[in-house]
Amino acid sequence: MNAEVRRSRADVVYDTVNVAFLALLLIIVLYPLYFVVIASFSDPSAVGTGKVILFPKGFNFNGYDLIFKYDQLWVGYRNTVIYTIGGTALSVSLTLMTAYAFSRKDMAGRGFIVTLFIIPMFIHGGLIPTYLLVREMHMIDNPLIVMILGCVSMWNIIITRTFFQTTIPQELFEAAKIDGCGNIGYFTKVVLPLSKAIIAVLVVFSAVGQWNSFFNALIYLNDRNLIPLQLVLREILTSQTQMMQQLELGIGDQDMAEKTFLAESVKYGIIIVSSLPVLCIYPFAQKYFVKGVMIGSLKG
Amino acid sequence: MIDRVKENIGLYILVLPALLYVILFDYMPLYGVLIAFENFKPIKGIWGSDWIGLYHFERFMHLDIFWVLIKNTLSLSVYSLLAGFPIPIILALALNSVRSERFKKVVQTVTYAPHFISTVILVGMLNVFLSPRLGVVSQLLNSAGMMNGPLMILTNPDAFSHLYVWSGIWQGVGWGSIIYLAALSGVDPSLHEAAKVDGANKFHLAWHVDLPSIRPTIVTLLILSCGGILGIGFEKAFLMQNSLNLSASEVISTYVYKSGLLQSQYSFSAAVGLFNSAINLTLLLTVNKLAKKFGQSGIF
Repeated sequence: MNAEVRRSRADVVYDTVNVAFLALLLIIVLYPLYFVVIASFSDPSAVGTGKVILFPKGFNFNGYDLIFKYDQLWVGYRNTVIYTIGGTALSVSLTLMTAYAFSRKDMAGRGFIVTLFIIPMFIHGGLIPTYLLVREMHMIDNPLIVMILGCVSMWNIIITRTFFQTTIPQELFEAAKIDGCGNIGYFTKVVLPLSKAIIAVLVVFSAVGQWNSFFNALIYLNDRNLIPLQLVLREILTSQTQMMQQLELGIGDQDMAEKTFLAESVKYGIIIVSSLPVLCIYPFAQKYFVKGVMIGSLKG
Repeated sequence: MIDRVKENIGLYILVLPALLYVILFDYMPLYGVLIAFENFKPIKGIWGSDWIGLYHFERFMHLDIFWVLIKNTLSLSVYSLLAGFPIPIILALALNSVRSERFKKVVQTVTYAPHFISTVILVGMLNVFLSPRLGVVSQLLNSAGMMNGPLMILTNPDAFSHLYVWSGIWQGVGWGSIIYLAALSGVDPSLHEAAKVDGANKFHLAWHVDLPSIRPTIVTLLILSCGGILGIGFEKAFLMQNSLNLSASEVISTYVYKSGLLQSQYSFSAAVGLFNSAINLTLLLTVNKLAKKFGQSGIF
């Protein structure tokens, strides 16, 4: 290649420093994730005494065996799956419907309604008034509340509206109208089938957000049978003694040190198990995330 | 007007559910924030309770904890901004001038990944890695002879802001770079060619061509981040708190949660929350105005 020949010495230095910088960054980001994986498959006492650094030691599934016996974790898992599916369905449909209407220049009063949606992006009542409102509505300990709160995001609406404006020609509607198609029929039969790309972006964004969220559940759900995975994780990962009691490690023939090691190393397995769905979709979903950020960065 | 609404009645039906959400969960709490100016008793309701004007605001500002909260909140966000804002830009510039597409892909895939880890898991990872006796960091430092005894970093107030900020950078650096990469992909290749003819090396290209080309993007994002400078999120600070590091980790949002929901001082904490969002909005508007004054486009 011509460019290869013309690389000056300054360019070679630049490229070397550049690649070294990126390689260092790569290791810094990757190693903690890698360590969690190898630690979860290793002998707990090897992890607890610092012998696991680059490769798993004493490969076993003991930690995972314990995790599968921990009921509260699975109750949380079930709840999170339900909240994720429900919350995503609700949020994606509301976003598509609203964004489509906002993309139509011939909607009378559009500017006013859009402004109504934009104001709360900058001023909001805050936690306490929202909490009192939810309590007034008798929605405390109602699982619907964690799916409803936050389901309308103006940010997502703007991204989606930009998508509609740039990919679906307005003339298409004029043509459909002549064929006797109304607004809603046009939206469901013509617009939605053309919008698979943006629907994928919205589903992935919203599902990961729901899966990882814990704030609303912390505030509005007290019933232990309703709490999502992230709240269970918070109890396990941020307290030292909880784990040992929960797993009934007090009984048995292992000595105390080993129990402590086990309780600590089970946490690695729990991190893996609870991130698994997100990690599984990540390679496929990555391009949709990036696409979402790209569309969002165009000024709509 | 009415005819034009009738003509597109379907569009209003599409917007209606989201509009109801916005009115109920965005505007009702805005109205509910009135309790900040009264001695609110839930039984008496918003109109039945006694008005006491700015009493709660004054009380808050005279509390000892007021300056602690301001200091903690401000220092966390200024530190996050100063350390966290430039790094994604550097990463994007570095990625943009990498010669191997495959290496670039690998770095991107790995550095984007932590963005999808929940805050609970992130803080959980910090807790297990840095755990006083059993954590891998403590083990390594002890066996290398650099430390003797348990690692007390998690409970040390002086270490809190560093852990908070750098774990945030670890999680967000890759994701933050996407938007700059998108902007960089729009840089006109003929600018590079012209600069090369003038004898520019790759460092010159990155510094004198690429960086100035993405300045509008940088300014826009800087404005947005400055607007959130008192908006340190609840989740991470709350999860990283323990009884020993509170002097550094108590921020406005965690204080609102504790005084409001755990101690039921509704009016007082609504006032604290309102104070916080008023300052945020003022900052956003001020920075936006400043940016316009210096010839940048601003976000409004």
